Amino acid sequence: MVEFSGKELSSFRGGRLVLRDLSFSVRGGEALLLTGPNGSGKSTLLRLMAGLLDPLTGTLFRDGVDVTEDAEAHRHSTYYFGHAEAIKPALTIREDLQFWRGLNQADTDLEEAISALGLSEQADLPGRYLSAGQRRRTALARLMVKGADLWLLDEPSVGLDKASTKLLSDLVKRHQDSGGMVVAATHVDLNLANETVLDIGQFAVDPGEALSFSGV
Amino acid sequence: MFAAFTAMLIRDMRMGFRQAADLTLSLAFFLVAASLFPLGVGPDPDVLATLSAGVIWVLALLSVMLSLDRLFQSDYDDGALELMALSEAPLFVLVLAKALAHWLTTGLPLVALAPIIAVLLNMPAEGFATLIIGLLLGTPTLSLIGTIGAALVLGARRASLLTALLVLPLYIPVLIFGVTAVDAALAGLAVRPHLLLMASILAAALPLAPWAAAAAIRAAFQ
Repeated sequence: MVEFSGKELSSFRGGRLVLRDLSFSVRGGEALLLTGPNGSGKSTLLRLMAGLLDPLTGTLFRDGVDVTEDAEAHRHSTYYFGHAEAIKPALTIREDLQFWRGLNQADTDLEEAISALGLSEQADLPGRYLSAGQRRRTALARLMVKGADLWLLDEPSVGLDKASTKLLSDLVKRHQDSGGMVVAATHVDLNLANETVLDIGQFAVDPGEALSFSGV
Repeated sequence: MFAAFTAMLIRDMRMGFRQAADLTLSLAFFLVAASLFPLGVGPDPDVLATLSAGVIWVLALLSVMLSLDRLFQSDYDDGALELMALSEAPLFVLVLAKALAHWLTTGLPLVALAPIIAVLLNMPAEGFATLIIGLLLGTPTLSLIGTIGAALVLGARRASLLTALLVLPLYIPVLIFGVTAVDAALAGLAVRPHLLLMASILAAALPLAPWAAAAAIRAAFQ
């Protein structure tokens, strides 16, 4: 059984302590739903999990092994879906997906990803002509193309209409059915299976307390 | 790893050619700035011939520098660089591919244009071959060192000005040996030592610059 967990994570951002002593665990087929008000550190936690940020204290584990021991393997099996869509005005959707597939040395089916997200008609359009929803769906198609077993989703439903949100939750469901793990910060109900809710608010540190915090 | 390298190279080349205005701008700068010199220092053929190698090299440096923001800035702004750093391929391989794409779309066209400017500035014919070989050895180094500067300024305001301050001092060795090689050729001396020194700078920059730039990019996300 695959497992992704974190122990006693703290993060220091922009001159203040954002998270303190946060621990979590997700297993294959499970989902971790991050909740909490804006600014409570959901995005920070997801970026920590992806490896974009280094935690101030604490460790992330993949199947009980510290992820920093094999960062490449962690990157290989993780996909971070953030706010930025990284759509290039000059590249078509197909070229874009081809590039990301090549970069991740995956051998997934491009056409399947394109049609699964309803982008068949736009596949040869340059990025500059895409609507906000189409850009968002292209970014989602990359999730399928990479084929990672841990998905980190930061507000994945922003900019999606009802039908696309349904597509997204189907995508997540299929991923979970095949044993994948999901960590998501979302305000929309995605019908996640086996979900555990982690309220980030309780780990957030209020500014006054942060000043007197001496556990660093 | 090789697949990732080629994927990165193809993508950057493709984007470079589709947004050809960026490429032509730095080449146009090279030509226009060179044609200002006869107006500035006077049309005396001997004076121009003396200056020619230096002018061509300084302008090559500046044109490469002006195009450095193409390397990472837009990928940083739209989140693509984040995804690249999180992809399976080691970041320094991707930086190397980006540097190569940058050289193919900026450095190589400059090398092709250089003889035209050399004629314009009345450089004696004996210097041409050395100038071209020197540029072929030197401009890849400029792109490679440029990746460090471009990566260090990610997230900074007035980034292009800062890149210039960071990168130009590092370009000095290339400039010195590039110009002295041509001077040696014109004086009938051996050019080999100069060119070998340039090759050695390139050989050092090839592994070191992408490694440093990759570290700078990771730091930019913190």
